[in-house]
Amino acid sequence: MSATTSRSRRVTWREPSILPGFAPSLTFTLLWLGIIVVGPLAVMLWFTAGLGWRGFLHIVLRPRVLADLRVTVGSALIASLANLLCGLLIAWVLSRYRFPLRRIADALVDLPFALPTAVAGIALSTLYAPQGWLGHLLLPLGLRVAFTPAGIVVAMMFVSLPFIVRTVQPVIDDLDAEQEEAAHLMGASAWQIFWRISFPAILPSLLTGFALAFARCLSEYGSIIFIAGNKPMISEIVPLLIVAQLDQFDYQGATAIGTLMLGVSFLLLLTINLLQAWVRRRQNG
Amino acid sequence: MTVPFTRRQALQFAALGAAGLSLPRAAQAAPDSLLNVSYDPTAALWADYNKVFTSYWQQKTGTAPTLRYSHGGSGAQARAVIEGLQADVVTLALSYDIDAIAKRGLIAANWQSRLPDNSTPYTSTIVFLVREGNPKNIRDWSDLIKPGVQVITPNPKTSGGARWNVLAAWAYALKANGNNPAAAKAYLKSFFANVPVLDTGAHGATLTFTQRGIGDVLVGWESDAYLSIAQAGRGKFQVVLPSVSILAEPPVAVVDANVDRHGTRALATAYLEYLYTPTGQDVIGRNFFRPRDPASLAKYAHQFPQLDLVTVAQFGGWAKAQPEFFADGGIFDQVYAG
Repeated sequence: MSATTSRSRRVTWREPSILPGFAPSLTFTLLWLGIIVVGPLAVMLWFTAGLGWRGFLHIVLRPRVLADLRVTVGSALIASLANLLCGLLIAWVLSRYRFPLRRIADALVDLPFALPTAVAGIALSTLYAPQGWLGHLLLPLGLRVAFTPAGIVVAMMFVSLPFIVRTVQPVIDDLDAEQEEAAHLMGASAWQIFWRISFPAILPSLLTGFALAFARCLSEYGSIIFIAGNKPMISEIVPLLIVAQLDQFDYQGATAIGTLMLGVSFLLLLTINLLQAWVRRRQNG
Repeated sequence: MTVPFTRRQALQFAALGAAGLSLPRAAQAAPDSLLNVSYDPTAALWADYNKVFTSYWQQKTGTAPTLRYSHGGSGAQARAVIEGLQADVVTLALSYDIDAIAKRGLIAANWQSRLPDNSTPYTSTIVFLVREGNPKNIRDWSDLIKPGVQVITPNPKTSGGARWNVLAAWAYALKANGNNPAAAKAYLKSFFANVPVLDTGAHGATLTFTQRGIGDVLVGWESDAYLSIAQAGRGKFQVVLPSVSILAEPPVAVVDANVDRHGTRALATAYLEYLYTPTGQDVIGRNFFRPRDPASLAKYAHQFPQLDLVTVAQFGGWAKAQPEFFADGGIFDQVYAG
């Protein structure tokens, strides 16, 4: 810090660094983000801007859009909350226990990353269809998964699981065993050690994983359209509505709903990030 | 602040640039290569026709053309062409989708009058496919709204085929209810209440019914129904012909802007015109689409029984029917919004 303040008052826009390559790497970063991320989003906003506020609100406040938004965000929340618990458990088990086939179980977690989502969707709907292996077992219990909103949640849980496990697992790996041992020697119970020592250390990464998983759920399309049933107002997700809009050559309608989705996602992710920052501050302070 | 641009960095940037340039460039189509952009149920038809046309063209000109085709939902395919997919010809589910391309100036506005029969070399219709023995005893449209009957049809917002289904259902409902639109709307509402899955395309709906065993009846393309029976073998499905259906006229067109750029106009025009010859019509018939040519139609009469068919012209054409039924707030939306 003192090095910075003792420098001349010349306005500088970067921290001095002993590492080389700042200018080219920054140029590259900005260029890349611009082309890959900002470009498509800017085009979308540009298309939407042509509508004006009233046109935009007219499109996104339709009951169908709001219903689909409720379905999408609601399912994403349920799926990522479920994965929050299951993902933590899986990460904990994979990191802390040694058991046969652990490496294979570990590798399995990554499969949803790699599997084409359409394949996942077809497999899930075959499995959960009323005549499917799992579906026909659930049917007598009155549970229908495929072609209902529950199917959306299942597909979302599938695609988003690795995000939580892979974010939390390295943190559990790095947990300081000495702290736990010390707590144990001081007479803490196993639960106390988990809640007071381990969990607070994991929590920030858990929130990061939750945010990633949640974002992944919101963006999922490929697997959901096979299992959801896609009934308007009931089991239709926003991305499908966007595709339907495009199939009517209604580009502005599609980009307007896309912009709404972007705004909602941004707000939700911002909330999670703020929560995460608050947790970190509390822990450090 | 000056940062020397070192040799190594220069090399790295050069490498990145080269990587960018070596990306596959938009295929510069040769004059004897052609891309046919089509909709879902025609895969078998074009695979067959392309072989027949290749040998014809080779005999005529001495060179074998490279014929490629691509499939998808009709609307999505039209959009791909609008956005730059280098289609030489489009063969889509309904004229509305080709009109959309024409509106962007890629196809001449008078495209539909450039080939015989409104540029539709074959027709098809909408029929029912039920499980063998017809366990739910489905005979006509009225049976589709009975409680406990599950109907499989794709989403008309995303599937061209599904739009034909809805219009056919509507034509029946009007006829059965003394042309009362409110009653027809009520029929459509009960119809969709029996639909457990709205697939995004006709192909997906067929798979849902045939492969995944969902639903009691599939409402869809006649060609798809016969193809499913041919693929599944005897004794699994059977076709039921409703009392009323619609004459589906899937049109074809040369994409003017693209053929002029590729120099493929002669090939593309011949490709579509040959569809109207007896050979082309026979390929159409054996792939379960209804030929226009009476002689070819007679040859396949056993698989194309006479039906009471309404036409989209009775709905005022697609330019009127599309917004009325399928635009936001249209009849389909009203039926779903309650």
